[in-house]
Amino acid sequence: MPDGDKKLDAKARYSAGVLEYKKMGYWEPDYLPKDTDVIALFRITPQDGVDPIEAAAAVAGESSTATWTVVWTDRLTACEKYRAKAYRVDPAPNNPNEYFAYIAYELDLFEPGSIANLTASIIGNVFGFKPLKALRLEDMRLPVAYVKTFQGPATGIVVERERLNCYGRPLLGATVKPKLGLSGRNYGRVVYEALKGGLDFTKDDENINSQPFMHWRDRFLYCMEAVNRASASTGEVKGTYLNVTAGTMEEMYKRAEFAKELGSVIIMIDLVIGYTAIQSMAKWARDNDMILHLHRAGHGTYTRQKTHGVSFRVIAKWMRLAGVDHIHAGTVVGKLEGDPATTKGYYDICREEQNSVSLETGVFFDQDWASLNKVMPVASGGIHAGQMHQLIHYLGEDVVLQFGGGTIGHPQGIAAGATANRVALEAMVYARNAGRDYLAEGPTILAEAAKTCTPLREALDIWKDVTFDYASTDAPDFVPTTSVS
Amino acid sequence: MRVTQGTFSFLPDFTDQQIHEQVQYCIDNGWAVSIEYTDDPHPRNTYWEMWGHPMFDNPDAAAVVYELNECRKVYGSYYIRIIAFDSSPGWESIRLSFIVNRPSEEPGFKLSRTEVKGRNIQYSITPYSSDKPQGSRYK
Repeated sequence: MPDGDKKLDAKARYSAGVLEYKKMGYWEPDYLPKDTDVIALFRITPQDGVDPIEAAAAVAGESSTATWTVVWTDRLTACEKYRAKAYRVDPAPNNPNEYFAYIAYELDLFEPGSIANLTASIIGNVFGFKPLKALRLEDMRLPVAYVKTFQGPATGIVVERERLNCYGRPLLGATVKPKLGLSGRNYGRVVYEALKGGLDFTKDDENINSQPFMHWRDRFLYCMEAVNRASASTGEVKGTYLNVTAGTMEEMYKRAEFAKELGSVIIMIDLVIGYTAIQSMAKWARDNDMILHLHRAGHGTYTRQKTHGVSFRVIAKWMRLAGVDHIHAGTVVGKLEGDPATTKGYYDICREEQNSVSLETGVFFDQDWASLNKVMPVASGGIHAGQMHQLIHYLGEDVVLQFGGGTIGHPQGIAAGATANRVALEAMVYARNAGRDYLAEGPTILAEAAKTCTPLREALDIWKDVTFDYASTDAPDFVPTTSVS
Repeated sequence: MRVTQGTFSFLPDFTDQQIHEQVQYCIDNGWAVSIEYTDDPHPRNTYWEMWGHPMFDNPDAAAVVYELNECRKVYGSYYIRIIAFDSSPGWESIRLSFIVNRPSEEPGFKLSRTEVKGRNIQYSITPYSSDKPQGSRYK
């Protein structure tokens, strides 16, 4: 290590004045993270001329105990313990101005069971720090001791399936469209037709709350009429995500209580309500036998660009801790951003008991979820029945596939659209279980199923050419290469 | 109407060969396959009657199809389903559940509405067939 990076003795370290962060103890290249440390991985783009190690130390400092100058009051504390420690800085592959900085945080820096407190440290101040051009939180390792201080998903994938009596296939949903403007009575019509036709769920959109064209109680009442009618006409448990997002916690609790009173199996919140509100609603959901759906409204503002913000894989981890049962996590093949490998990483974070390091899917740490329930990922946005083989291949079985336009836009009507999706899904799962190469034979399997299902035939015809094939803005940095041995 | 519970109710009814394929898939995954029957298809009737225990350690789908046909001899006018249990840590529940036998006529469900305070309605769903006593609901 160059002399300039070495730690100083106490007298030099605590003399009044300004010191480089790396000399203040925030850079410890020999540090071995403890099992109980929280670890954060940042992608750092230093300003021109700024040493990447100093930049990493600054991030460690500003996200833990440091301020811009030396303070003697540090010496009243066990400051060595509380300092976050940057311990590893690697150049990012193929991006000469970017570095991956690994920073370890002592567990006692964080309040148990509080995403607000965790994030106030890790992303609180540091993203506006001038010596950095850009900063992105790529991943976190959350120690078991910390994971265990969170409730986790109110219901979880297994119990959700048990409550819905639905196994062995992805769940099917649709967002009611148009997302704004329908009256409560008209809105309930869409819910009824879609559920009767074969979907398990319908969904409010993120911005359906309580507007002049439809106040929330009207929506809830008409939707529950639709849900119960559809249940009686199919013999299945049905649900509609009633969005309880509102301006205050008091109002959200009021709406959630009404949803419970009406017998809904599921309610919904938006990510924009904030971490504390999400944790409160997760606790309410656990106490009231309610599945909790989270729409990730707003996340694209900070997750999409690769150099700055917070990766969605970190948001997914926080949301599993916070306790939501559903989270929108990408479709791969639909209209919204989502590289296949990166999306697989998000899905693994939601659904696995333990994550293993997998650089090719953007997962940088082993993560033990310590028996926290699993989150059901939701795939929504520009998907249709003709993609069923790809959806099952990329997304697996424990996922909600949401075909909004792909249900409501069907030429024979909403119920026919729902039936087309359900038949396509069951036919594909059947073929997969029977051992067919369903990914390669997908179009054939769908065509066979369509012989006894006119709605599917029409869906395949009308949407056969619809794809959304654009370059991803958030592909993994590491691509597996074949080794020569 | 057609009760569409289970994984494959939107497909044409399976032949025994198709049932065999799906059961073998479950067995190959290490799941224990079970047969259950009922004459109460209410969506929240969780506990259908068990036709024996789940067939733990059974390597051959043919044994399940044999038992299914034995069950059909007695309860051929009932709903019968195949269920696969996965005992893996973190799951310990059902992985696949599909109906393999159903009554020739399915009268469906009655939706009752009780008007309570304000505009609230309390709903209840009752199979039309459950007006009759258990055991005499389907012929």
